[in-house]
Amino acid sequence: MRPMSLPAESSATPKAMPIAMSVRDLRASYGAASVLKDVNLEVRERTVTAIIGPSGCGKSTLIRCLNRMHEAIPGATCDGDILLGDRNALALDPVLLRREVGMVFQRPNPFPTMTIAQNVAAGLVLNGVCDHAVLAETVEKSLRRAALWDEVKDKLDAPGVGLSGGQQQRLCIARALAVEPRVLLLDEPCSALDPIATGRIEELLLQIKDQLTVVIVTHNMQQAARVSEYTVFMLMGEMVEYGLTRQMFTKPTDKRTEDYITGRFG
Amino acid sequence: MNDLVYARRKKVNALMFALTAVCATLASGTLLAILGYIAWKGGSSLSWSFLVNLPKPVGEHGGGIANAIVGSAKVVGLAGVLGIPVGVSAGVYLAEYGRGKYAFSVRYAADIMNGVPSIVVGLFAYALIVHPMKKFSALSGSVALAFIMVPIVLRNTEEFLRLVPGTIREAALALGVPRWKVTLFVILPTAGRGIMTGALLALARVAGETAPLIFTAFGNRFADNGWLNPIATLPHTIYTYAISPYEDWHNQAWAAALILMAFVLVVNVTARLWLRPRLT
Repeated sequence: MRPMSLPAESSATPKAMPIAMSVRDLRASYGAASVLKDVNLEVRERTVTAIIGPSGCGKSTLIRCLNRMHEAIPGATCDGDILLGDRNALALDPVLLRREVGMVFQRPNPFPTMTIAQNVAAGLVLNGVCDHAVLAETVEKSLRRAALWDEVKDKLDAPGVGLSGGQQQRLCIARALAVEPRVLLLDEPCSALDPIATGRIEELLLQIKDQLTVVIVTHNMQQAARVSEYTVFMLMGEMVEYGLTRQMFTKPTDKRTEDYITGRFG
Repeated sequence: MNDLVYARRKKVNALMFALTAVCATLASGTLLAILGYIAWKGGSSLSWSFLVNLPKPVGEHGGGIANAIVGSAKVVGLAGVLGIPVGVSAGVYLAEYGRGKYAFSVRYAADIMNGVPSIVVGLFAYALIVHPMKKFSALSGSVALAFIMVPIVLRNTEEFLRLVPGTIREAALALGVPRWKVTLFVILPTAGRGIMTGALLALARVAGETAPLIFTAFGNRFADNGWLNPIATLPHTIYTYAISPYEDWHNQAWAAALILMAFVLVVNVTARLWLRPRLT
């Protein structure tokens, strides 16, 4: 099966960006249980791509393959091709790949022993950057990009786990942005947050997508409609439909997509 | 009829409740009884000069146990230096990397080691160090105590590392940090307090061990004379003095026991207080 091509770039299409990551014939499994079946996908640069689908459809597995966090789970395997630009992501050192393809998880997970500033700087410090001026600048810049600076600028030395859930999640986004990734993966980043905190995160996603590519897994279809240009609909390990968000939510081509977004199942 | 059954049940309940309460008192009361008795018996012989003087020659009244206090500190200290890094590293291996049969057997061996009688460990250190060197020594005592510490520290380290949520590990890996740095700079510090508490408790535990020191550190009535010579330790001094025929030595044994108990108690309480205040 060839990569599912994007819908024709008609006048309604946003300016087509170059491809940041592409996935070809990706299969993934946990031990004997296969969770992804021949997924094909192209992620456009500096856009937000949402992955939707019912629980257990393989959404999380798919984005965890993109930065190879999938293989960190014992017994998990994947094969197929994943390209980052024109490089084969599966042949890169996963440690180096993850510096270019960052990730934010479902539950906020700041490092419990570190302060707010240390959390943001962690990626740099742990990779050997020790210039204080550089670190301080990165901390401020990343917190600003994550729309958290104004709330924490006076307590950078307070523990990161002392923040509220929504602030912690933005702290985690700042931490991921600090290593300057080209792609940012978010695995249901708002599922543990209230609507106000969710709104802040959606806002900041719309801001940062000018500088990097965002892929977001979400359970919330309104969220996908609000933040993304492209949407992927997955069902039982298969990619059912992939296209412009606007199109998918107004006139889906596949019956199953229509059933899902109109709430007939899932 | 029903009322009778109910009244009987109430009586049985009261009786059983009283029994459990009595047993609980017995269990905790033992500690108080030991502490009280030792304080009462040892307190009278305890004095500053007892702490800072060397033992007097046999038959002479007075003298102190300064050499045993220094000796215990040295032997237990070196045991910690030898045993804690091995235990912590092995615990890291089991929690972070160990899979399959090898990890299973290491864990199993550690559990068995925990149950090996300490005098057997002493014999092992004797065969390993004392016999080849043809000399009792502080070093061999430390090695024996280190052998006892390793499995305790190992299992404790593993437990506390397992308490670190997997999401913390993932967060660090997703930043493009190599696995070894994640373990060393993120996971270990997160579990650090628990690991250190465990190490302290292990130190307190071996500080009171007597059997492994009988034919390793051996004991000495003179001032400490280096790592490769026999050395006096508190538990061994208590043992020697307690089985001696002299009244004066009996009193000194009680006083030494009081010091040892106080040390173990202080370390225990410190360790537990240290563990308590946690963030999150």
